[in-house]
Amino acid sequence: MPPLIRLDEVCKSFGALKVIDRLSLALGEGEALGILGPNGAGKSTMFNLITGDLRPSAGRIHFAGRDITDLPAHRRCRLGVGRSYQIPHPFGGMSVFENLLVAAAFGTGRKEAACYGRCVEVLERTRLMPKANVAAGRLTLLERKRLELARALATGPKALLLDEIAGGLTESECQELIATIREIHADGVSIIWIEHVVHALLAVVGRLVVINFGREIAQGAPDAVMADPAVQEIYLGIEAA
Amino acid sequence: MAAAWRIERSTAASRAALFAVALAFAALLALPARGDSGDLRLAVEICYSLALAQAWNLLAGYTGLVSVGQQAYVGLGGYAFFALTVLAGMPPLPSLALAGLVAAALALPTAFVVFRLHGAYFAIGTWVVAEVFRLLLAQMRPLGGGTGMSLPVAVVRDLAQSRGARDLITYYLGLGLGLGTVLLVFFWLRSRQGLALTAIRDSETAAASVGIDNRRTKFAVYAIAAGIAGLTGALAFLEKLRISPDAAFSVGDWTANVIFIVVIGGIGSIEGPILGTIVFFALRALLADYGAWYLITLGALAVAVMLLAPQGLWGVVARPLGLQFFPVQRRLRPLNSPQTAPEAASPGRGD
Ligand SMILES: Nc1ncnc2c1ncn2[C@@H]1O[C@H](COP(=O)(O)OP(=O)(O)OP(=O)(O)O)[C@@H](O)[C@H]1O
Ligand SMILES: [Mg+2]
Repeated sequence: MPPLIRLDEVCKSFGALKVIDRLSLALGEGEALGILGPNGAGKSTMFNLITGDLRPSAGRIHFAGRDITDLPAHRRCRLGVGRSYQIPHPFGGMSVFENLLVAAAFGTGRKEAACYGRCVEVLERTRLMPKANVAAGRLTLLERKRLELARALATGPKALLLDEIAGGLTESECQELIATIREIHADGVSIIWIEHVVHALLAVVGRLVVINFGREIAQGAPDAVMADPAVQEIYLGIEAA
Repeated sequence: MAAAWRIERSTAASRAALFAVALAFAALLALPARGDSGDLRLAVEICYSLALAQAWNLLAGYTGLVSVGQQAYVGLGGYAFFALTVLAGMPPLPSLALAGLVAAALALPTAFVVFRLHGAYFAIGTWVVAEVFRLLLAQMRPLGGGTGMSLPVAVVRDLAQSRGARDLITYYLGLGLGLGTVLLVFFWLRSRQGLALTAIRDSETAAASVGIDNRRTKFAVYAIAAGIAGLTGALAFLEKLRISPDAAFSVGDWTANVIFIVVIGGIGSIEGPILGTIVFFALRALLADYGAWYLITLGALAVAVMLLAPQGLWGVVARPLGLQFFPVQRRLRPLNSPQTAPEAASPGRGD
């Protein structure tokens, strides 16, 4: 079986700035993969390349064995790529429920009425039910981040790409989030999670990839990767920041 | 968990508004019995201004297509109507409908060109396209070239024999266009496609990430807006009985006023352009005797609204009250225990 997501020697430059530098990476079917790396390493840019928000300068991207490098973002979503944005992009004038509804209807290609049930489920799973009818533009930053997760989930993804959703949570909120993501993973959704909150990441993922200057500098079992001297150097850098 | 939910789509205010709209519509149907020919003409102008405002609001307020070239389609619709009736000898009413279709059809290839431009360049591009159409039509000898042409008496008679009957027909056509556009926009926004439009309004980036084809939605909006402009052009120049390139493709008459209406009324809602239309025509009537002051006041008001209340007058009125006359939202309500209903949301844009 081919990996669900595969990046082959992908590059991305903004003008003279090379942000992703011949990066190769694979996400196995059913895998939960964690991404670590310092600020500006190119992690979010990698997500934007996978989702189609950005096009690579070179290299190919495959999803479930199919070359998706030239597909627009909405087609990739319909194939099963769901993502959250590091800086939340809520549909501010729509209610939280409507945010999920539009995602479910267009992400799965179903009729609106066929999506109500799924949206209620997602609201309950992400604990957003009390905010269901609140305009998303009125949510706090933490609630907006939870909405990012919920909306990505509503599209019915095969691969869920999460970009820093644990920052700023209290310890108990963080435990709740970990439990939620584990549940989603247990339901068969493959996950790539970019996170600076390392202990949350380690509670969920089975493998880690560390990125710096747009290149992979270490990957493998979390314990081994965290023990790697090159990673420890960066990791200490993150702790200090 | 198998809790029972229902989706609520209207509010007390919206049901009251529906009743008010029905009453107003009945009153408008009866207007010809009381009003004179001048009143009817003004009513037609108000109706097609409302239609253009709703269309421009879809373009700029929802899909971010800030066009300053809608006069291209008003002009094309007007000229298509003259060509179909005068040159092709078709009866007026089918020609009118067809003129709208011609404008919408010509909008599609144009969209391929102007959609390559973004932001200010898109705005300028749409204006350039309108100028190109104006220059092209000025070259068409059979349609009167640069000086334009009048609608032959035979065509006018074909619509109705008496002047009164013609006024009546144009009035009802205008009413149909205005009300029809409001209803079209309302049902569009209430539909599944309306969810996509509203999502694009709030964030194009996120809309694409949840599977919405932004480009296709924009094409649809652009073509429908052109169709509405085309119908407006056909109707307006049927009423004026004369068309010329300068009048047909006037940026002031067909786009600037419309932008003013939408901006002061409130962009990104159905109610905004309606309120804007009322304010615009009220101001015009009030300031009719003051010449240049009329334009200065309009301009000052538009700038004030943009600076102080970017949500427009409707935003100022509706937001604190949570008002929504045209309910396009979906509220999730538990079936059996209304006291635990999730918090109410206020409509409109959140940020
Ligand atoms: N659209 C863009 N245009 C120009 N430069 C960009 C753009 N997007 C990202 N960059 C630059 O690319 C680099 C990598 O950014 P990216 O957001 O991918 O980092 P990151 O690893 O996600 O960092 P963080 O942990 O802070 O989120 C940064 O230097 C950033 O300034
Ligand atoms: Mg980032």
